[in-house]
Amino acid sequence: METKNIMIVGVGGQGTLLASKLLGRLLLTRNYDIKVSEVHGMSQRGGSVVTYVRYGEKVYSPIIDKGEADFILSFELLEAARAAEWLRPDVGTLITNTQQINPMPVITGAVNYPEDLLGKLKTLGLKVDALDALSLAQEAGSSRAVNLVLLGRLSNYFRDFTEEEWMTAIEQSVPEKFLEMNKKAFHLGRIA
Amino acid sequence: MKKLLLGNEAVARGLYEAGCGFVSSYPGTPSTEITEAAAKYDEIYAEWAPNEKVAMEAAFGASLSGTRSFCGMKHVGLNVAADPLFTLSYTGVNAGMIIAVADDAGMHSSQNEQDSRHYAIAAKLPMFEPSDSSEGLEFTRLAYELSEEYDTPVLMKMCTRVAHSQSVVELGERAEIARKPYEKNVMKWVMMPGMAKKRHPIVEERTRRLVEFAENSWVNRVENGSDHSMGIITSSTSYQYVKEVCGDRFPVLKLGMINPLPEQKIRDFAASVEKLVVVEELDGIIETHCRSLGLEVCGKEVFPLIDEFSQNLVAEKLGQPKHAGKKLDESLPARPPVMCAGCPHRGLFYTLKKLNLTVLGDIGCYTLGAAAPLSAIDTTICMGASVSGIHGYNKASNEANAGKTVAVIGDSTFMHSGVTGLINIAYNESNSTVIILDNSITGMTGHQQNPTTGINLKGDPAGKINLEKLCESIGIQSIRVIDPYNLKECEDVIKEELAKECASVIISRRPCALLKYVKHPGPIAVNRDKCVGCKSCMKVGCPAISMKDGKAIIDNTLCTGCRVCTQLCKVNAIG
Ligand SMILES: Cc1ncc(C[n+]2csc(CCOP(=O)(O)OP(=O)(O)O)c2C)c(N)n1
Ligand code: SF4
Repeated sequence: METKNIMIVGVGGQGTLLASKLLGRLLLTRNYDIKVSEVHGMSQRGGSVVTYVRYGEKVYSPIIDKGEADFILSFELLEAARAAEWLRPDVGTLITNTQQINPMPVITGAVNYPEDLLGKLKTLGLKVDALDALSLAQEAGSSRAVNLVLLGRLSNYFRDFTEEEWMTAIEQSVPEKFLEMNKKAFHLGRIA
Repeated sequence: MKKLLLGNEAVARGLYEAGCGFVSSYPGTPSTEITEAAAKYDEIYAEWAPNEKVAMEAAFGASLSGTRSFCGMKHVGLNVAADPLFTLSYTGVNAGMIIAVADDAGMHSSQNEQDSRHYAIAAKLPMFEPSDSSEGLEFTRLAYELSEEYDTPVLMKMCTRVAHSQSVVELGERAEIARKPYEKNVMKWVMMPGMAKKRHPIVEERTRRLVEFAENSWVNRVENGSDHSMGIITSSTSYQYVKEVCGDRFPVLKLGMINPLPEQKIRDFAASVEKLVVVEELDGIIETHCRSLGLEVCGKEVFPLIDEFSQNLVAEKLGQPKHAGKKLDESLPARPPVMCAGCPHRGLFYTLKKLNLTVLGDIGCYTLGAAAPLSAIDTTICMGASVSGIHGYNKASNEANAGKTVAVIGDSTFMHSGVTGLINIAYNESNSTVIILDNSITGMTGHQQNPTTGINLKGDPAGKINLEKLCESIGIQSIRVIDPYNLKECEDVIKEELAKECASVIISRRPCALLKYVKHPGPIAVNRDKCVGCKSCMKVGCPAISMKDGKAIIDNTLCTGCRVCTQLCKVNAIG
């Protein structure tokens, strides 16, 4: 089997690491070779963060390069635009939260947040699947559950994993206290 | 059992399986998780030391006592620990000792891009270089055997992409290693000139024997290829990129041990291919070795000395097809890291900017005070350099700058190497003002405990250094404590201390906003009827505040209610 590439992008503090850990656990239940490349340190303080998840028969590189991602799971719109170049032309799918988080150069007024990024991404000819994950997360009980909403959406593209298998991976990845809320967030993303 | 582990966690697993009993480290991205993961094993005593030199010497002491030991650090940490490193090469070890050093090609979280492999060559120590988690575990186990057999500390070189990538490892059992009793032996352990002179030849002989090991060990392996028009020598993460691009086409000599390098193995490999290429990140160390063997080789004239590699880069340089994607035709705003909403450092840096001071900075979350709009920091070099630097700056300018300059340093950084600089200020008497940003944690590297927090790495109560008493005992005459959320207090106290004709320390004290025990009052909002859109509140660079339709708006998912912005609003619109 050809190596599959999932790239997760967002803003430091949004919970992207949990999403990649959860995917890793899910994939480990099948006999795949897996590499999950994380970001620790400085950029976790509100900077752009990128995590790579790769699986297949034999995975060498821990990272995903431009033009290689089968899926991009983006937690924020500007980060989706930044990552778009990493998508595989024609076959890749960009799943993105429509939430906009202003980076400091926008906050200070040095530059503007780009207009109509979704439209521009679609004009590029990319397959874009956009959803308001923040509202769904809040509906589930916490704005911090954006990661589970997005994973729920992603799960639609991975139908060979049953909902039960996803649930097991969720149980292994989130604290007991927040389990129900996170399951709900996943579900809302999955049916959205 | 199979498990997905980070490279760093796999090294920790290797420590556990090899019977390591003592770990002492200082945090530093990308090395930190080795020690954090090691601390989760009950069988391993693990601690945060105040700095890397202390950690390495503590690990040496443990080895001397007969326990397999470990210390870990980032590349620049090895600069701090270089002194013991070079002489431990002479003494060797009692029980096995491993020193992990994690480089950061690409500078994801570092102030320079140095290549630590030079240290292995300079200190004449064996160095392993795993290329994924599974090798991280295996090499660590092997490193203890090598350490004891060849009587040497062993370096384990990590890099960001190996340290922070999870891959599949097969877990083993812990080996129970009997303690090796300590025996007095001044010829081995006391490095006075007379003894050291006798040890140096032993080091050279050890290197000769280690070259033999490198010739024969499985860690340096040839992977055959179908096309001998080119052969590639590589290691670490570069190996992964090469395999990703070329698969099994070209023969590859994959080096797992980077010092000392084999000679015959490389000659034989070179003879089996038409063109020899070396793929290595940062400096041309393997390449230089090949040239010293008289081999013709392609390396740094093609591959960059700068930044980390990737499969596309390697493909391009090797003349292989690479991938490309579609890009938006506009430049996108960058998203640099920022201090968190509610960060205690923010109010202090706002005040320093307002007072227009020259600020000698240091390393930590507070270094983000250099970025716009706070733009309050003038220098950042290495840990401790703020406190040592302000002394030279003030002395050399005959104190002409004394009322206009401060040094800022975090609590962990102060413990690491700020305190020695402060002793210099007290001893050689400069009129310097040092601000210790005491947020009760080592923030930047992901919240590790330190000697000022009263908690140890395992989460248990521990000794707690009292900063006020420490500064007082050094001889600092004026010591003040301020709350950085209180802007008026910050400004008044800084002005007062700058006006004094003596050295002073201001402790800006409030715990990091991300600590679990910190209870925040909760989000506040802008009264849009009152807001006049003057943007005064924007001067603190809080990620929770932005402008919408000409008025300020606070993101209630980010705001903690620290009320620093409230104090800036002239029309009382925030509350
Ligand atoms: C010699 C050295 N060791 C380790 C590091 C990694 N490092 C960067 S900042 C930092 C500590 C920051 O803690 P603190 O001073 O308390 O400031 P905070 O981040 O909490 O604001 C560390 C360990 C380094 N840069 N240099
Ligand atoms: S982690 Fe703590 S110290 Fe660092 S920026 Fe955030 S609040 Fe400030």
